Amino acid sequence: MQEIKREILISKAAELLESGVVDRVLGWKAGEFDYDVTPAMFHNADELEKEFVWNDFCGANFSKYLVNETGKSENKVLVFLKPCDTYSFNQLLTEHRFDREKVYAVGVSCNGMLDVNKIKESAESIASISMETDKVMVDTLYDGKITFERKDVLSERCINCKSKKHVAYDELLGEDGDVVDSSRFDEVEKLEKMTPDERFAFWQKELSRCIRCNACRDVCPACTCEKCVFDNPNSGIENKAAANSFEEKMFHIIRAFHVAGRCTDCGECSRVCPQHIPLHLLNRKFIKDIDNFYGEYQAGSEVGSRAPIVNYTTEDLEPGEAVERGDGNA
Amino acid sequence: MQINEYKPLIVAFCCNWCSYAGADLAGNNRLNYPADVKIIRVPCSCRVNPMFILRAFQRGADGVIICGCHPGDCHYTSGNYYTRRRMALLFSMLDYLGIERERTRVEWVSAAEGAKFAATMNDFVEKVAALGENKRLEDLRCKK
Amino acid sequence: MQRIGVFVCHCGTNIAGTVDVKEVAAALKNEPGVVFSTDYQYMCSQAGQNMIKDAVKENNLSGIVVCSCSPRMHEATFRKTAASAGINPYMVEIANIREQCSWVHKEMPIGTEKAIILGKAAVAKVNLNAPLTPGESPVTKRALVIGGGIAGIQTALDIADAGFPVDIVETKPTIGGKMSQLDKTFPTLDCAACILTPKMVDVAQNEKIRIFSYSEVTDVKGFVGNFDVTIKRKARYVKEDVCTGCGLCTEKCPQKNIPNEFNLGMDNRHAIYIPFAQAVPKVATIDPQHCTMLKTGKCGVCSKVCTAGAIDYQAKDEFIEEKYGAIVVATGFNPISMDKFDEFAYSQSKDVITSLELERLMNAAGPTGGTLLRPSDGEHPHTIVFVQCVGSRCSACAEKGKEYCSKICCMYTAKHAMLIRDKYPDTEVYVFYIDVRTPGKNFDEFYRRAVEEYGVHYIKGMVGKVSPENGKLKVQASDLIYGKQLHIDADLVVLAAAIEPDKSARPLATMLTASMDTNDFFTEAHPKLRPVESPTAGVFLSGTCQGPKDIPETVSQAGAAASKVIGLLCKDKLMGNPCVAHSDEMMCNGCSTCEKVCPYGAISYVEKEFRMPDRTTKIRRVAVVNEAVCQGCGACTVACMSGAMDLKGFSSKQIMAEVDAICK
Repeated sequence: MQEIKREILISKAAELLESGVVDRVLGWKAGEFDYDVTPAMFHNADELEKEFVWNDFCGANFSKYLVNETGKSENKVLVFLKPCDTYSFNQLLTEHRFDREKVYAVGVSCNGMLDVNKIKESAESIASISMETDKVMVDTLYDGKITFERKDVLSERCINCKSKKHVAYDELLGEDGDVVDSSRFDEVEKLEKMTPDERFAFWQKELSRCIRCNACRDVCPACTCEKCVFDNPNSGIENKAAANSFEEKMFHIIRAFHVAGRCTDCGECSRVCPQHIPLHLLNRKFIKDIDNFYGEYQAGSEVGSRAPIVNYTTEDLEPGEAVERGDGNA
Repeated sequence: MQINEYKPLIVAFCCNWCSYAGADLAGNNRLNYPADVKIIRVPCSCRVNPMFILRAFQRGADGVIICGCHPGDCHYTSGNYYTRRRMALLFSMLDYLGIERERTRVEWVSAAEGAKFAATMNDFVEKVAALGENKRLEDLRCKK
Repeated sequence: MQRIGVFVCHCGTNIAGTVDVKEVAAALKNEPGVVFSTDYQYMCSQAGQNMIKDAVKENNLSGIVVCSCSPRMHEATFRKTAASAGINPYMVEIANIREQCSWVHKEMPIGTEKAIILGKAAVAKVNLNAPLTPGESPVTKRALVIGGGIAGIQTALDIADAGFPVDIVETKPTIGGKMSQLDKTFPTLDCAACILTPKMVDVAQNEKIRIFSYSEVTDVKGFVGNFDVTIKRKARYVKEDVCTGCGLCTEKCPQKNIPNEFNLGMDNRHAIYIPFAQAVPKVATIDPQHCTMLKTGKCGVCSKVCTAGAIDYQAKDEFIEEKYGAIVVATGFNPISMDKFDEFAYSQSKDVITSLELERLMNAAGPTGGTLLRPSDGEHPHTIVFVQCVGSRCSACAEKGKEYCSKICCMYTAKHAMLIRDKYPDTEVYVFYIDVRTPGKNFDEFYRRAVEEYGVHYIKGMVGKVSPENGKLKVQASDLIYGKQLHIDADLVVLAAAIEPDKSARPLATMLTASMDTNDFFTEAHPKLRPVESPTAGVFLSGTCQGPKDIPETVSQAGAAASKVIGLLCKDKLMGNPCVAHSDEMMCNGCSTCEKVCPYGAISYVEKEFRMPDRTTKIRRVAVVNEAVCQGCGACTVACMSGAMDLKGFSSKQIMAEVDAICK
């Protein structure tokens, strides 16, 4: 369960609407199911009261929405940001993707979001979900009530939460935490320790499931290109449907490369993937390598920082050495 | 020579100022290297987009090598430093995906190093040939 | 669709010996876009070129592929041929089937097969070529020289001599720089002032040269041929055009205990001062930090004694904007601070001095009137120890010194030692060195004279410690050749401090988008072949801002920089390289990533209004490439994730078409 109550968010939003600081609110509303929460725009207190949702399924990172949203009105838009979202927020500001003056950012402390797929593994036909501090109670249509320990159904990115600290906000609801010492690179290391054949088999299995729905790209706050190279007939690599396994590899390698040094590791790509491909493991590999080769760098931790991939020193390691060090033996 | 001996297909991106000139020098000095190597001229090694490399593999290349000026000697002062970082990260990623690491290489070859160019190509072709055909990144549709 | 002509060259037997040229021509005839294909003995000959021209006419060709030697050899030739045949020169591509095929492969079938593939790649590229025209930009025929030392002075004089106006910006109240502080110059021992001050006068009297002394460059915009520079003229509180330089004010001013920078603080000056007698411009300057009138509003002595009425206490900093076609950086050097070298007791004893301080002590216009006296007690020193490489060649002590050799110290130390022995033969002079480096005309002869004729004691070894004791300086040192410890009771110790670029260089480099090395020396466009040009077009380097150098070297580099500037200013228009980056504004995100990797500062951003499909408009930030500045490396094209940035002549599509053709 989230520490900050829904009512507090609503009253804050209503207050800012009332006082004219903002004229609309970017928040979450319920979808068809309890766990199916979608981003939505609210314009008045009534709408907020009726539809606004704040619970353990409000995973969506709103930073990317600001790219288009800020251009729509002369007034400010209120956006709620979890700690991890603020890194994307800063990264987009670094890239001049929206006007900071058009946003009123309210930071919300976060206790981690749940992964409904983990619940679904042992609970079919979910009717409703309710939360307590450490428990998640699921009502199913045929199997009655099932109770989970909250920590068992946390989403992967929240288990490996990298920061409880907001790096950007105008106002903060709840207590701000610290940058967390996470073990987020463990899985990457596990892969690095495999033989090349095992690694190839792993990725072949994972990436061959890709249906090229582009959800990962569409949700990614680093993928805000006006036109993606993969949609651009002039780029020479435009492609759409999955015709064979290579296409996915090309798409995912290039996508990971394009966001290298810009990816804040928000984990949205893996969250939205309908095929449950662990796409974050590609991005984390780049993050790990960048930290390892060029010194620690967290995209979005401050506005205006220069990513290591657009920087250099005269003493950098050679690509051949990089591959050796990438083994995880260094 | 065996008739059906496997011949790898190697794409070499060479920067105009150093490595392409190094390749020319190898020619001037009649230093042999396998004809499997096909050179594409780019202004600077930093012009090489990872997309070009993947594209080559997709179309059936067995190895891709990028040659540029030695660090510190870039005609554009810093281009090859960017190449070095980009390729370090890309090659590490390809390795992570289980692609044989011997299929990609970056080598610094100056305009005076004709011998190094030929030796590098001989060595690279040999290493790639030992791996056999690139199956992991090729695109079956591009096969004739 | 292009109409491409393919021309396969035999190059005598150079190509035809290992490549079946007829087969290559026949194979390429079937490639898409190819309407004509032939072979010839020597494509580069007049007959070969005429063959191309005729083929263009007869077949209405739009593109040309020449399968021949390296493009580094004859690309320019065939581009000219194309132009004279009426085709855009950039519609020509060369397949290198000599250096990279026939010369490195021995067997005909292999060579032929590869030549065909290389030819196909060239055809595939030409199919996507577009005519390119080099951009033109006008040239402002005026140069800016930043720094008024000997480097800046010589550069300005040479440029003015060619008839172009030049402005010199100097932060100090006078031009002259470090050379004006020197006593004699090696290896000829002529006096620095005697050779420098006439040049300073030449500058002052040259109609083409304006001097902005006591001024700084605060902003630089624009690009080669078209720089917009903002210059801050610091308030001097003396009207430059009214002051006659009589110097009365500088004598009457009651504030008189201010350390004199020109003599490195070894004597005092007044709050209103003229740095030295031959200053140019010879105008007084009020030091606002020490002037009682400016601080408290009470005094006004200088104003009262000034018969010309030049004093203006109300003066303010002024900013002027000027346009220039070329900028020369001549910001010079400073000796490094000796604060961190406690072992030499520099801060503990007045009798431990730097070489530059010694220059002033030996100078007739210096604080002692040219008599060498110990700063502590005014006594004549009998034993003098010189320590070389203090902070130079200091790889183990990088935090306090410099890794590089400061280059000038060996020679000026030899000069000092020789002059002292000449003037005061009763003085014992010791020089401790790591190596004595004397490359230069008459340099080694000069050093040998110091040792052989003047009896200077040169000792290979470093001084470990200097301790002031009872009015003496106890010098502990090692003699590496004899392998023994030495103890010398010295009266004066002179430190040959390493030199470093002036502190103003780093912010200036940022303004100019000129690159620097880790030591803050400006980097050259090419260390051997373009040593006086910065990689940023239109910015040139003169003197020690590029690296340590002595006066003759500085002057020759200044002349070289001037000739490069003259070459630039002689042009009415600059023709760019058409193979430059170009951003598709429809796809650009304005994310500034490309700007970060551009070594030339060629990319800027503008806010632009776009019409959206729903008929609304949207203002977006997009990148714009300055084609006059871009050199076409392509670093930005890979940094750009949206693919908005592409390189003309080497576009992503062209390169991928080559890849496809090779891999087919």
